[in-house]
Amino acid sequence: MEILQLDFYTQAILSLAALIGLTSFLMLGQGRLLRLVFVFALQGLLLASATGLAAYTLDNEHLYISAALTLALKVFFIPWLIRRHVLRMNMHRDVEALNNKTIVMLGGASLMIFSYYVLLPVISNTTTLMLNALAVSLSVVLLGMLLMISHRQAIAHVVGFMSIENGLFFAAIVSTSGMPMVVELGIAFDVLVAAVLFGIFFMHISKSIDTLDVDMLNRLNEVD
Amino acid sequence: MGDQLMNWLMAIVQTGLFVILSPLLAGWIKWCKCRLQNRKAPSLLQPYRDLWKLTHKQPVVAEQASWLFIITPYVIFSAMILAASTVPLIAVDLPTSASADVIVLVGFFALARFFQALAGLDIGTAFGGMGSSREMTISSLAEPAMLMAVFTLSMAASTTNLSFAIGFVLDQGIVLRPSFVFALFALILIAIAETGRIPVDNPATHLELTMIHEAMILEYSGRHLALIEWASQLKLMLYGVLIANIFFPWGIARQFTWSALSDALLLIMAKLMLLALFLALSETLFAKMRLFRVQEYLSFAYLLGLLGLLSHIILEASY
Repeated sequence: MEILQLDFYTQAILSLAALIGLTSFLMLGQGRLLRLVFVFALQGLLLASATGLAAYTLDNEHLYISAALTLALKVFFIPWLIRRHVLRMNMHRDVEALNNKTIVMLGGASLMIFSYYVLLPVISNTTTLMLNALAVSLSVVLLGMLLMISHRQAIAHVVGFMSIENGLFFAAIVSTSGMPMVVELGIAFDVLVAAVLFGIFFMHISKSIDTLDVDMLNRLNEVD
Repeated sequence: MGDQLMNWLMAIVQTGLFVILSPLLAGWIKWCKCRLQNRKAPSLLQPYRDLWKLTHKQPVVAEQASWLFIITPYVIFSAMILAASTVPLIAVDLPTSASADVIVLVGFFALARFFQALAGLDIGTAFGGMGSSREMTISSLAEPAMLMAVFTLSMAASTTNLSFAIGFVLDQGIVLRPSFVFALFALILIAIAETGRIPVDNPATHLELTMIHEAMILEYSGRHLALIEWASQLKLMLYGVLIANIFFPWGIARQFTWSALSDALLLIMAKLMLLALFLALSETLFAKMRLFRVQEYLSFAYLLGLLGLLSHIILEASY
């Protein structure tokens, strides 16, 4: 589908998709936890506005509700929760030294190309609008995984996990014209529960090994 | 024949406008910055007065300086004039901009920088060498990012020629292209780095440890200094016009009638004033970066260019 033939709203959704991809890259290169959480909230905001625009173009009221849920959960509640944990554990001043940052960034770019290559047959065989953004949402999922691999802090892993969920949610919006309401509500509350549970895990990990750096987890043996 | 003559005349007039208006733009930026920082602003014409004063002073040249040191100001200034002739300011489809594309433009910038770095090394002072090495470090990172942003544009327009690219943007009407959003931001970041504005270099300081551009030209005086200053003002205006005319070209003249040309001139001046206001605002809000963080900044610009290219292929391709 040539971009000139699309209407202005769909063009805006595609631009927002590109910006969501950018925020994934920004998270990948971020060493400070608070800034990571901020970029995550930004991704949520872009996702919520893309959902709202999709709701408007597809004329689907359900999507307004999921846009509002995304806004409430992923822009305000979850970032606030993670931010509180970071501040409480006094980790907001730590700068995580990312080793081989350049390789990770290049890996991220190649993951984006890979997801485009994988999805090319799917995209070229359909006429659904906005399906071009599917490759971006798959790469958001893969970049979230890369974030979890490359960072050492458990909080960064949680943010990576949540951004994987962002990618899946975005894929659902651009490929179907909105999932059934029950599914969307279910996923939203799953994410909410996951965020709360992760908070409890943070407490336990930091209580038992006094840090959230997962490299330290192999020191759990009894004799020291 | 008469048409051809008219076109060349227009090209010369347009290049002349670049040369004449660039100190005014520098003055406007200075005025905005002063007002934003609650200082009394100098007149908008102050850069012209400075250039006038410098041309009437006797240039002092170091004893050890070779011929390279003397010719460098002239080389830099003429490279910038040639670069200005390839960028459409008020009209597209001029013979000079049809004969050279944007890669030639990058080449002119590189030529000027090469001579400036050599002249910085030539007299053998510590500051000159330091400034040259810093300038080359930054430019070797900025140039690939610039080309990446340019390639994004040329993939959409399927040409590297600026006139045709601007014509393409005008023809397609208002389309929100994700790749152009990235290319715009990448080009803004690169323009700030290449023209030595605040997060990368401070144009107003002579504090020894932080300067880059000023360190290279520390030994120049008189008319040599005037030419170099004027060339750097031209470079700033060139980048501003590139950003304004590639991404927001509406209003540029496509026929050479008086009304179209004067409208185009007024509009481009308004756009440049707005861009300069943004520049002054960002220079007031941000502090200068440490030199070793410039690499991060420029690799971010490169990333933006790369993502622009990718999003052009992924999101805008036709099947």
